[in-house]
Amino acid sequence: MNGILTHLVILPVIVPLIVAALLLLFRDQRRAVKAFVTFATMLALLAISLTLLVMTANGASDGWVGVYLLGNWSPVFGIVLVADRAAAVMITLTSMLGAATISFAAAKWNGAGPHFHSLFLFLITGVNGAFLTGDLFNLFVFFEIMLAASYGLLLHGSSIAKVRSGLQYIAMNLIASSVFLIGVSLIYGVTGTLNMAELALRVPMVQDADRMLLEIGAATLGTAFLLKAGMWPLSFWLVPAYTAAASPVAAVFAILSKVGIYIVWRLSLLIFGLDTGPSGGLAQNWLLIGGLVTLVFGSVGVLASQGLPRLTAYSVLVSTGTMLVAIGIGGVPVAAGAFYYLVGSTLALSALFMLVELIERGRMAGADVLAVTMEAFGFEDEDVLPDEDEVGIPIPGTLALLGVNFIICALLIAGQPPLSGFIAKFAILSGIIGVQAGGAGTQIAGADWAAVALLIISGLAVLIAMLRSGINIFWATREDMTPRIGLVEIVPITVLIVSCVALTVFAGPAMTYFEATAAELHNPVGYIQSVINTVPAPYPGRGGGL
Amino acid sequence: MELVLAIGIGVLAGSGVWLLLRPRSFQVIIGLSLLSYAVNLFIFAMGRLGTGLPPVVDPAAPIDPTAFTDPLPQALVLTAIVIGFGMTALFLVVLIVSRGLTGTDHVDGREPEQ
Repeated sequence: MNGILTHLVILPVIVPLIVAALLLLFRDQRRAVKAFVTFATMLALLAISLTLLVMTANGASDGWVGVYLLGNWSPVFGIVLVADRAAAVMITLTSMLGAATISFAAAKWNGAGPHFHSLFLFLITGVNGAFLTGDLFNLFVFFEIMLAASYGLLLHGSSIAKVRSGLQYIAMNLIASSVFLIGVSLIYGVTGTLNMAELALRVPMVQDADRMLLEIGAATLGTAFLLKAGMWPLSFWLVPAYTAAASPVAAVFAILSKVGIYIVWRLSLLIFGLDTGPSGGLAQNWLLIGGLVTLVFGSVGVLASQGLPRLTAYSVLVSTGTMLVAIGIGGVPVAAGAFYYLVGSTLALSALFMLVELIERGRMAGADVLAVTMEAFGFEDEDVLPDEDEVGIPIPGTLALLGVNFIICALLIAGQPPLSGFIAKFAILSGIIGVQAGGAGTQIAGADWAAVALLIISGLAVLIAMLRSGINIFWATREDMTPRIGLVEIVPITVLIVSCVALTVFAGPAMTYFEATAAELHNPVGYIQSVINTVPAPYPGRGGGL
Repeated sequence: MELVLAIGIGVLAGSGVWLLLRPRSFQVIIGLSLLSYAVNLFIFAMGRLGTGLPPVVDPAAPIDPTAFTDPLPQALVLTAIVIGFGMTALFLVVLIVSRGLTGTDHVDGREPEQ
């Protein structure tokens, strides 16, 4: 593909960057204008990423891969941005979440602290960049942009709980950044390149003497991403941070843990795919074991949490565990199901984070926590917004609306029929059992069966916890007020949930697309060739185009 | 030279990690700084160690990679220093806010019970 369309690949990165910088010039009091501009930017990004999605889907059988050479350097020397199917799905997901959360925040949260919209757009810049980049060090830079913005957003609407969890969040991520750099420089020292596609070609040729250094580098790099994703021993920062964050912030953070997963997935298949020489399949067993433990930890956490925000934060860990197990087992059928799961669960988790705030709004602080444990959870930290102005009008049947949304979210996250969560889990499970029956798996059978059992049990755990909370909230005799919610708050939640339902209704075409995505991830020849074979464009005015 | 650099990186990283595990937030930030110095030196070492080598290839002479220093790690270190500096500044602000709000410099935001 050539000409002007190639430039579409850079737009998801520079558009939010420029708009965010421009928004800094306006006074923070002009919130309505800022919110509108940010929302319009997110819609534009959604249109751009949908275009990329259609373009990658309509490509030849091996897929169209959009390669953008920054500064028109040859891909060997310069930084490249690469949009293939997987990247297009992820940036579309980011734009959807972004538009929904910005709309939600417009009701009151964007006034709780300075420069909410700029920080938000910088976050989107970093996330989109991390999805699109084809260069390891550039990945580090986008990661840092994303993290810097997320520090600001986490502290947005400051309270003691936020500052306390923010301190730990920032410290953990700064350490992870150091670890990231060690991994990157080890890989560079051994292979002499940072371009992911070229790396994939060079790794099989690394000499045996250097192979251990390379594998240490890759493992170090992976640790940094797994911390972001929240794999078990690295996940203790996640629940306090996501619980303390303002609800629109937590909703957009749902995509942050998926950034870590996406990069582990992409790099492990691109650079250490199963047929790439002696280092092939380096990460698989570790990811499987880590994923299983994360599932156990997440399930226990979900069952043990008494507040809805905490429950949602632990559901993020369950989602992470499911993804890691699926990546660890590998194979195209499992990966296709996992991709479908990733999209559906991220949308549902994001919707739930926002929904929880609306549900909690009309309730007394800590109404859902047993009296015995009230003190242990420390209620002096409850967030109180600076202005307690009521937002919106009381909608008749508000509770019914919230209840319906809550049930759908619960079904989606627990992976119960009839919605997309169930289809995704079914696809993953049938993929695992298929691998088992074919004897193609490299793992011992026990681990596969443990994965099947834990995937089902974790769904049950989430379902039990959600039911318990739901009964507590919606069926209890309520003495407190019906929550007052604004239209800009409930509509984005409903849109996210409706898109999950749409994903269920159009499961056939969606699965076909995700199978192609998974096949492309597992066999990245098209990706590598597209990047390596891209030649810099001639100077403009003397022919133009590629 | 390799030995000196390796020991330097090791001492910096070791002290950094030890400080990171301390309970006071000021110790944590100094630990993070030391760790990032160690990492920057490490990136530098992943190029090629040498003294007095030019970074730019002379196209007239026959190209021998060992006669030149690798410019890429230097660019990486520069970026890493800038980012690390910004992050440290930001962390310092959060640390002071935490001290102001909780009244303690313990990383958990409260003093451990005796």
